[in-house]
Amino acid sequence: MTDTRPTTREASTGASRGRAAPRRFWTLRRSDALAGYLFITPQVLGVLVFVIVPVGLGIWYSLNEWNVFTGELDFVGGDNYTAALNDPQLPSVLGATALFSGGVVVLNIALGLGLAVMLNRRFRGVAFFRTLFFSPVVVSVVAWTLVWGFLLQDNGGINGVLSLIGVDGPNWLQNGPTAMVSVTFTQVVRSVGINMVLFLAALQGVPKELYEAARIDGASNRRIFTRITLPLISPTLMLTAIITIVGALQSFAQIAVLTGGGPGLSTTVLVFYVFQQTFGFNDIGYGSTLALMLLTFVMLLTVLQWQLRKKWVTYED
Amino acid sequence: MRTERRARTGPVLRRVALYVALTVMALPFVVPTLWMVTSSFKPLNEIFATPPSLFGSSPTAGAYAEAFAFQPFARQYFNSVYIALVVTATVLLVSALAGYAFARIRFPGRNLLFVTVLVGLLVPSEVTIVPLFQMFKEAGLVNTHWPLILVTAFAAPCVLATFVMRQFFIALPVELEEAARLDGLGRLGIWWRICVPLAKPALSAVAILTFLASWNLYLEPTVYLTSPDLFTLPQALTRFTDPYGGEMWNTQLAAATMTVVPVLVVFLIAQRQFVESLAHSGLKG
Repeated sequence: MTDTRPTTREASTGASRGRAAPRRFWTLRRSDALAGYLFITPQVLGVLVFVIVPVGLGIWYSLNEWNVFTGELDFVGGDNYTAALNDPQLPSVLGATALFSGGVVVLNIALGLGLAVMLNRRFRGVAFFRTLFFSPVVVSVVAWTLVWGFLLQDNGGINGVLSLIGVDGPNWLQNGPTAMVSVTFTQVVRSVGINMVLFLAALQGVPKELYEAARIDGASNRRIFTRITLPLISPTLMLTAIITIVGALQSFAQIAVLTGGGPGLSTTVLVFYVFQQTFGFNDIGYGSTLALMLLTFVMLLTVLQWQLRKKWVTYED
Repeated sequence: MRTERRARTGPVLRRVALYVALTVMALPFVVPTLWMVTSSFKPLNEIFATPPSLFGSSPTAGAYAEAFAFQPFARQYFNSVYIALVVTATVLLVSALAGYAFARIRFPGRNLLFVTVLVGLLVPSEVTIVPLFQMFKEAGLVNTHWPLILVTAFAAPCVLATFVMRQFFIALPVELEEAARLDGLGRLGIWWRICVPLAKPALSAVAILTFLASWNLYLEPTVYLTSPDLFTLPQALTRFTDPYGGEMWNTQLAAATMTVVPVLVVFLIAQRQFVESLAHSGLKG
């Protein structure tokens, strides 16, 4: 079927039958197109069944309420959406989500770029340092978070080290602001290595002649960085920003293991709230409503970034 | 990136400063893993000792035996490994096919279909998990490994892989395919004999990312699996709590160490190819 040359058998079963001058149905273009469709079928079907159908079902669930007694869905129309608007906890959850995702994206990009610039030169041990900064990426998320959970206890390693230099550290995970700092920090340290590597590759793709030319023109380092380096790696910046933010909005394991959303609601991000509502309180309808809200955010952010990309990105492949 | 004059006045000082800065910055990246490994050999009462020590005073491997005695940990280990391998193999095949077609074959509706597939990358798993749970319940597949395998092998991780493969195949010279075509190869032949062998860097990037995605799954097993025999490692790691609710810290750290170290060792051995293939995966945009 993927053969590009029409065989006589295929030709005779095609549109050629009964014509005076038989023209082959399986032209190169047609058999190629068929091959194309066959090649993408597993992926397209997979996305259809495991992403698009579930999103459709989710929209339906959001219009229903799960009846615990009959075990069936009762249609309630927009009730779940009204409930979301009146949910006293939701503003705090959205605030935590914005703080966490925003913090992760900004720190991750800034640190990733900073590390890439520092490590984008030749000196003894540069490969060693690249390996060190990348290594948390291959550490299991739950293991990583568990270990940080130990280190961040009131009597844990972080405060132990701080006490050595005479600082009385806070009980990191037990009060709101420091708990948020903790989940953000551990998440950034674990995942920044990927961005660092992608930025390094992008930096190495900047033609050396441009730097030389700018230097001859007497441009300062800062100017070279903002006028040459940044614009030229902007496609990478955009892509990593999208990947990082979508990843941050899905950080479930980190929150569940490190803080369980607490103390109070301080680290209950939307993802974790959706999980609590759905599987903790068995409220499938409301959980789905919140989940769709999350989806809307991701889509809006992506569209926004694509618009910005058009405006900012000066160089595309 | 430094000015010439400064570099001349203090090259040694500058170098030392760079090393000091990098070392300090590397601490939070390295110490937790190191502490995890060493603490797994400490007796329970030394884990929260003050002042904190990296190495305990009386090392013991008791926690490792305890990890296997407390849960079917060997079984859970096997579960994680085989699921990750099956998922990775499937994703490699599916994404190499789809990525190639989206990059190299012209057919009506190609762009629309590609955008549809990309949607799979943007939909967070939390959005689909409830409907998927209901779907798998209808199919009688809850509390089996099927949901973990199918969803990972076709949804977001696979879509990312398809994207990476497409980016790679787009950059491949057309002449290679034309030559193969003149030699009488069909599309499948061109794909398998010419393009796939050339795509090794992209394929290894895909394999790494997919393996890690599957290895790290936490939400899905938590939702779908209830029998400890079926648990995967991340889920098992959080279950080391004695019947009275007390934490079994050293056991947990021993299990975490066993989860982390093999992957870390593979990474350290193959790190050059690892980082290279990621860097040139086409993910850089």
